[in-house]
Amino acid sequence: MKARSALLLGSLSAALIAFALTSPRVVAADKVDPAADAKAFQNFFFQKFPAVKHEDFVNGPYSMNEDMKRQWQEKEEFPPYEFALDAGKEMFATPFKNGKSYADCFPNGGIGIRQTYPYFDEKEGKVVTLELALNRCREANGEAPYSYVKDEMASLTAYMAFTSRGKPMDIRIPDDPRALAAYENGKRYFYTRRGQLNFSCASCHVQSPGERIRAEILAPALGILNAMPIYRSEWSGMGTISRRFVTCNSQTRAVPLEPQADEYRDVEYFVSYVANGLPISGPGARP
Amino acid sequence: MKQSLPLAMLLALLLTLGLAPAARAANEAEFKAAYSAAEAASKEAAGMRNQWTVTVSALAAAKKAADGGDFDRATAASKEAEALAKASIVQATSEKEAWKAMEIR
Repeated sequence: MKARSALLLGSLSAALIAFALTSPRVVAADKVDPAADAKAFQNFFFQKFPAVKHEDFVNGPYSMNEDMKRQWQEKEEFPPYEFALDAGKEMFATPFKNGKSYADCFPNGGIGIRQTYPYFDEKEGKVVTLELALNRCREANGEAPYSYVKDEMASLTAYMAFTSRGKPMDIRIPDDPRALAAYENGKRYFYTRRGQLNFSCASCHVQSPGERIRAEILAPALGILNAMPIYRSEWSGMGTISRRFVTCNSQTRAVPLEPQADEYRDVEYFVSYVANGLPISGPGARP
Repeated sequence: MKQSLPLAMLLALLLTLGLAPAARAANEAEFKAAYSAAEAASKEAAGMRNQWTVTVSALAAAKKAADGGDFDRATAASKEAEALAKASIVQATSEKEAWKAMEIR
């Protein structure tokens, strides 16, 4: 009888110890931990592509394929985004009708700050992207907002990215539950399958970077936004981050959301945050 | 015998013409029911922020066929739209949890 009691007590103790050891892990698995996410995210790509220099991931498909890289390096001597860069520089310096300019809307006069966007605005309780901040600046100064997907917006962001080239992405997540919720929402959007083709962002850019999808070589998700905006031969022109998200959705046969929808702002926050430390390389050029 | 053939054809034509409006009304009613079901499912998918482009196209094709009086085609397109919308709802519902399986940890 004594032996039976001892066995029962022992089993109970073992079960309690096992529960005590496992339950914090269960809680931890659901806890939002952006720093741990970013570390795991970067390690995944560093291990998957050990030959690629870490700072080279921002060059998208060119970091995955030597032939393409050589072609791109030659193209960079006369980059196709140059006209947008010149236009953006001029637009940035041209005052609004009220005499103020973009420089008045941004810290450091808007120069060398692209790596800090998007940021979480604690006053608004939402993520603010660079494209959104530029249009808000225009509207606050009595100007009509630009289209989020191309032309003037792409030129302006091209110039601002250029002034930040080489600076490491530096996205902050303040100690605010709303910021963590926005980050988590962006992460969920990134991994969620949608459209008739049942693809998530991760289907292409985590599971298959370096692989071909029809004629294109897929870029890795790590650092994918560091090169934005981009000139795409497929578009015969420049495109912003908004354009990239909208196009990706359409390609999976999902109806795109409106540019700068909360989901797009949040997914930009997530993808940018996990690329912290990698250099800004925008504006970029892609096939 | 020679006289009965044209007579039979005439009778068949009269019968067809007489039944056509009734058949058309039945087809139109079937289309309306199918389109309304497809529209409801499509609205639900859009509410979940998970509308598919193919659903929108199928709905548009149904409307176009109905406007042209081709209710058979319109009904078939409506049914296709409803099936697509329902699939997108299933996708959005399952992905509420399933996305976690793809996460890099």
